[in-house]
Amino acid sequence: MNGAALLSVEAVSVDLPTVRGNLRAVDQVDLHLAAGQTLGIVGESGCGKTMLSRAILQLLPKKAKLAGRVIFDGQDLAHCSAEALRKLRARSLAVVFQDPMTSLNPVLTIGTQLIETLQEHLELDAAAAKRRSGELLAAVGIPAPEQRLSQYPHQLSGGMRQRVAIAIALSCEPKLLIADEPTTALDVTIQAQILDLLAREQKRRHMAMIIITHDLGVVAGRTDDVAVMYAGRVVERAPTQALFKQMHMPYTEALLAAIPKLETAPHTPLPAISGRPPDPTRPLKGCSFSPRCRYAAGRCESEKPPLVPAEMAAHQYACFHPIRLAADATA
Amino acid sequence: MATLDLALEEEVVAALPARRKRRLGPVFWAAIAWMVFIFVAAIFADVLPLPSPTDMDMLNRRAPFSALHWLGTDGLGRDELARLVYGARISLIVGLGAPVIGVTIGGALGMLAGYFRGRFETLVVGSMDVLLAFPPLILALAVTAYLGQSILNLTCILGMLGIPAFMRVARAATLTLARREFVIAAQALGASHARILLRELLPNVMLPLLAFFLLGVAVIIVAEGALSFLGLGVPPPIASWGSMIGEGRESLDVAPQLAFLPAIAMFLTVLSFNLVGDTLRALTDPRQGAL
Amino acid sequence: MMQQAATSPLLKVENLVVEYVVGNKIVHAVSDVSLEIARGETLGLVGESGCGKSTLGRAVLQLRPAVSGKVLFDGEDLTAMQGEALRKMRRRVQLIFQDPIASLNPRRRIGDIVAEPLVIAGVRDAKERHDRVCKVLNAVGLDPALTIGRLPHEFSGGQCQRICIARALVLNPEFIICDEPVSALDVSIRAQILNLLEEMKARFGLTLLFIAHDLAVVKAVSDRVAVMYLGRLCEVAPSEELFARPAHPYTALLLEAIPVPDPDIKPAERVAVGEPPSPIAPPSGCRFRTRCPRADERCAREVPELRPVGPRQSVACHHPLT
Repeated sequence: MNGAALLSVEAVSVDLPTVRGNLRAVDQVDLHLAAGQTLGIVGESGCGKTMLSRAILQLLPKKAKLAGRVIFDGQDLAHCSAEALRKLRARSLAVVFQDPMTSLNPVLTIGTQLIETLQEHLELDAAAAKRRSGELLAAVGIPAPEQRLSQYPHQLSGGMRQRVAIAIALSCEPKLLIADEPTTALDVTIQAQILDLLAREQKRRHMAMIIITHDLGVVAGRTDDVAVMYAGRVVERAPTQALFKQMHMPYTEALLAAIPKLETAPHTPLPAISGRPPDPTRPLKGCSFSPRCRYAAGRCESEKPPLVPAEMAAHQYACFHPIRLAADATA
Repeated sequence: MATLDLALEEEVVAALPARRKRRLGPVFWAAIAWMVFIFVAAIFADVLPLPSPTDMDMLNRRAPFSALHWLGTDGLGRDELARLVYGARISLIVGLGAPVIGVTIGGALGMLAGYFRGRFETLVVGSMDVLLAFPPLILALAVTAYLGQSILNLTCILGMLGIPAFMRVARAATLTLARREFVIAAQALGASHARILLRELLPNVMLPLLAFFLLGVAVIIVAEGALSFLGLGVPPPIASWGSMIGEGRESLDVAPQLAFLPAIAMFLTVLSFNLVGDTLRALTDPRQGAL
Repeated sequence: MMQQAATSPLLKVENLVVEYVVGNKIVHAVSDVSLEIARGETLGLVGESGCGKSTLGRAVLQLRPAVSGKVLFDGEDLTAMQGEALRKMRRRVQLIFQDPIASLNPRRRIGDIVAEPLVIAGVRDAKERHDRVCKVLNAVGLDPALTIGRLPHEFSGGQCQRICIARALVLNPEFIICDEPVSALDVSIRAQILNLLEEMKARFGLTLLFIAHDLAVVKAVSDRVAVMYLGRLCEVAPSEELFARPAHPYTALLLEAIPVPDPDIKPAERVAVGEPPSPIAPPSGCRFRTRCPRADERCAREVPELRPVGPRQSVACHHPLT
């Protein structure tokens, strides 16, 4: 979009060969993220959001085929040398995963994992690395940080472990942090604390962030832009305020409606989306959401709707029968 | 509001056939072919047109391949092919019999230990540890010295020595499974312990046990071969691949085939069991079917 | 044996204590919990991980031994029952789990799985079993012809949960404990399953204990809600009142922490900090006091009991919010 984009994902597709045929996990996705901005990627399981994050990080499984370009800080990551990629990781590009129990090495102490990262990427000596580790743990809100350095991941609670994972991710002052479902495995009160922590650190370091989640509530108050994915494609994208004010793609609206809200009275039937997400090994010719969409008609089954802008250029949707479009709808 | 999921689409129906065909390549079928061949030969040894494996033809010792003796004769003039076929019988009897003892007793103990836990488990695991602590060769020697050499004794002792390994496999599998919700669901329904063990746990534990069983067959065939090679296995004049290799040692310079033929036969058989066991395990892992 | 009047509760838990041993430490999973559920009611039980709600659910079904306390189902004490009597009682009370795929034996066909309760209950006629299985599969929205001969891994999470619900319904139970039935499912499928549960409840006249950590989900299906923290009940109230006027500080904390899908509502500044203490060494007195902004030394000394603060609302707090 603008030349100052820190991350530019251009027409990225990820194909995975499986027993049942080719699986198109990500289909022609475009994304742009400027420094200091937060992008939320929302979708349910199987929509391709995790594969997309792997594609950005160049951590795809061996069998996967990547098409398109991932430009980060001016470099095309898909065509970087392994050495250049290694330098980028941790120093510029960091990631926090969903389950800290598996993203932390269970047989190494917290201190070792932090210190190793610091020594590897910042080339600090052992004493300086140890000191910095303590500071990092304190910054992420872990009480008694010096003691924690000699503890193992299983001795900490889930929330603590996620804080440690965040500390490791932030240790080398990255320019972009990708958080893949960082709070899904955590309790709701801890979730709030972790999201606050991420927001605070992001502001302090002027870091760009991508939050991947299935929860629209998580992105609502904490992101600048939101991209909604379904069956491997981005089906709607907008600045957060604009998206929640008016959703154009029926899936987004249905997703929001299907979440039980606190204001609703008990025993009110929820407006559920019927059917199931499509099988990614048998992509539909037309819009992937059409079998479940109550507005589907005509073109929806034979053509894939392209992403087109709404009256606000930054708000894009992929639908032939968008909801309440102020401008003339392409019918 | 209509919320019920409609009937499953055909995609679920069509998705089924593709996954089974994956791993059965030519190597697998070759292994199956060899196993069938060996089994058939061993079972029908008596009706095959073979010379007797014990008839000694002292004038025709270590004879090369001929029309009369397809694979020649051994050091005492006995037909090599017949001895190989009867040797297959021994290998299979002991090779299958011993692991069967191991899997039934060890498997049962392991499942019970893993399910009931507590003191029973400690008792079972402890006694298995004791059994494992015995040097197996010494134990086999002691048993054969005391009870005499015979196929039955050999099978029993090898079977007993295999019990701890099967117990471990069964217990490990049961420990993982017994905590999963479908077992708790069965308990919540009021199913008796026996029902849970037999209908919920056994079908799931059977798979790793079966794979381990086939590997066990391979190991026992080699073990029997080793014992017979040392003269501690089946008594002469019963033909066994191991004793044939032992006897063939003396003729290595003159008639090397006497040692190599039984060795090749053993190698192919053990390899086949390993291959089939591995493939079976990979094929029947239910998680493979999920994607 | 239903001699009780229609107004007495279907389930009554009295002073239930459940502990278990991990290593050489004792985990106080459930400490002196009492609650009641009336016939036809849905009680939601809400709390974060480690609060003991799942343990409570299993202890009610006698799947976990209780250290002390009673569980009265339709007037009969389940904790005192054994053997055949307990097995008969199990037909009237069923359980649905969180992980629908793990709740089904991966090596058995769906038809067998759903028929299993009938077999255990002694229904010998295969045709009758088949008919009942088909009926209940239809009720949950699955086509029996396409379902019965298949294995669980061929189905999605949502469909597996439907199968689990079918299995729970096949014996026509009176009471179902739902232990986080939708937490493992996708957002769009959750709504389907919640609607299905409501429909089944209405159709079969069920009473439900709905255990979850998601407050909004609990509110959608419950008549009354009980909030649990570290083994004790904090507050019990009808759904609307609990969410509109929470009396316990923990309830208020939970409500604030829920991410609201409305960008104009900024996430509130956190009122409480820290993490739940371990149930191995719970704090003395009120267990929430280490995270409560209103705690004082009375809270450390005295365990708060559940006291009524409204017509149908009770709270266990020395300094309730209302």
